[in-house]
Amino acid sequence: MGLRVLRAGPGATIQDGGRRSFLRYGVTPAGPMDWTAFRTANLALDNDNDAASVEISVGGLEVVCEDEPVPLAFCGGAFLWTHESRTLPAAARILLRPGERLAARAGASGAWTYLAVEGGFDTPLVMGSRATHVRSHMGGIEGRMLREGDDLPVASGTLAAKREVEARIETPWLEEPISQESVRVVLGPQDDYFSQDMVARFFASVFTLTASVDRMAYRFEGPDIEHRRGFNIVSDGIALGAIQIAGDKQPLVLMADRQPTGGYPKIGHVIQADIGRLAQMRPGASCRFVQVEVGEARDALFALEAEIARTLENLRPLRRELTGEMLSDVNLIDGVVSAFEA
Amino acid sequence: MSEEPEPRYLIAGESALVVEFGQSIDPAIHDQVLALDAALAAANLEGVLETVPTYRSIMIHFDPRRLTTEALIEQVKRLESAPAIQRPKPQRWRIPVCYDPPLAEDLTEVATKLDLAPERVIALHVRALYRVYMYGFSPGFTFLGGLPGELGISRRTAPRPPAPAGSLMIAGGQALITSFAMPTGWYVIGRTPVRVFDLRRERPFLANIGDEIMFERIDAASFEALSRAAEAGDLVARTEG
Repeated sequence: MGLRVLRAGPGATIQDGGRRSFLRYGVTPAGPMDWTAFRTANLALDNDNDAASVEISVGGLEVVCEDEPVPLAFCGGAFLWTHESRTLPAAARILLRPGERLAARAGASGAWTYLAVEGGFDTPLVMGSRATHVRSHMGGIEGRMLREGDDLPVASGTLAAKREVEARIETPWLEEPISQESVRVVLGPQDDYFSQDMVARFFASVFTLTASVDRMAYRFEGPDIEHRRGFNIVSDGIALGAIQIAGDKQPLVLMADRQPTGGYPKIGHVIQADIGRLAQMRPGASCRFVQVEVGEARDALFALEAEIARTLENLRPLRRELTGEMLSDVNLIDGVVSAFEA
Repeated sequence: MSEEPEPRYLIAGESALVVEFGQSIDPAIHDQVLALDAALAAANLEGVLETVPTYRSIMIHFDPRRLTTEALIEQVKRLESAPAIQRPKPQRWRIPVCYDPPLAEDLTEVATKLDLAPERVIALHVRALYRVYMYGFSPGFTFLGGLPGELGISRRTAPRPPAPAGSLMIAGGQALITSFAMPTGWYVIGRTPVRVFDLRRERPFLANIGDEIMFERIDAASFEALSRAAEAGDLVARTEG
């Protein structure tokens, strides 16, 4: 049982929680860019947090169900999802029946969305993980991005037998009262490579995301952050969210496909609770970096995880969503009605 | 350990800690890194996920749900003050290298820039005893210290085209064995048939951090034969001691 890729924009890959235990050998962890949306999609299916899913970029994706019905869920940025002829909300759980098509394309905002299937995609484990790292040709489907004709095997589950698979997923944690434009940062480990004035400038300035954005790093542009004593350091470890400032004096935030070691000063780290929000920014969007202490970073992570853990309680009937928000679009009426008959 | 300066504990977000023993590439500093790495492995602390030893520091990745930065620093201080845990005994690897053109694409350029005869560059490179300091760039990219000072060539200002996996490179006073082809600012002075990274092996990576490496010069015919053996799954490298 499985899904077949009908169309894949650049950047669609299989990701799980990431490749662990080999960082010391130079192995990139990979894993989802937005762990919050990735985990929510999995939890909506009662999967493990880290079950293998498809990460979809603004390039979009279209799949068709092969021989058996597949319960699936998706969650992420404000992508436009269509199931056959009906439009679906940006986060939902449905049953895809043999021959039916599901498509995602970029919407008003957001850079990544996740398509999870019950039980996870059953692609081969490479060094303990299914995560794709294209640069080292590892994981996923042949270590590469998905393309037309790929068969994505699905481990069989039990949800298909239940009648009420369809649901809209509420994501209240996306609307938590922190400004979308502020990204929280813990100082270190090389903040002493910058004067106090420069650290103050870093936290007082607005930075704009450039077009240099990929799974490895997001490059921002703003006022120069000058080094006090050069920018070459003896290489050391790199953690998720590290904000590296190299010779161009501009912040580079290291993301899922980062190398595990590197040689430029890191002024601070984006906290894990804000990594997903940062990942969902598009080029041209701006943010401020706001300093927090490590304890606040932990508290924010725990609060966010507790919200996400309630995903199964945040499922709402899909039908209400359709009548409330979509009937105004006359072109969709036929699709909606046929969905009701199912 | 008492005469050594206190390590620095540097925060790298809420789920990683850097313990830094110095600022330079130095076997004594790297020994401290390896000793703490061994001590952490032996202590098996609740919440520690994995460690990344590098030249002069170690990054400890941990689960903030099970361990706080503050508690981890206390635990590491306790390990540091305990009777010294020895770094594990390194293995010494003998790795065959062919320095013949066209496998040593940049040898002439290096020799010219350093004002040495190409044979002298080879002699210096092949006679040195190297230490694996860390991995980086890509899976299996092996960074070596121990390059003779005479071979201290600066990195290129612009990258050269990708060289095949197994290339032996030098730059910035360091040596490197590659595992993937990628553009690089380093100089290619030889190639080994040994695969420092091979997923078909039970241990995909050849050397542990801290291991020693010696090179053995081979000719083009041996290189071809050993490459075929490596293709078939043979290690081709030997250990001693």
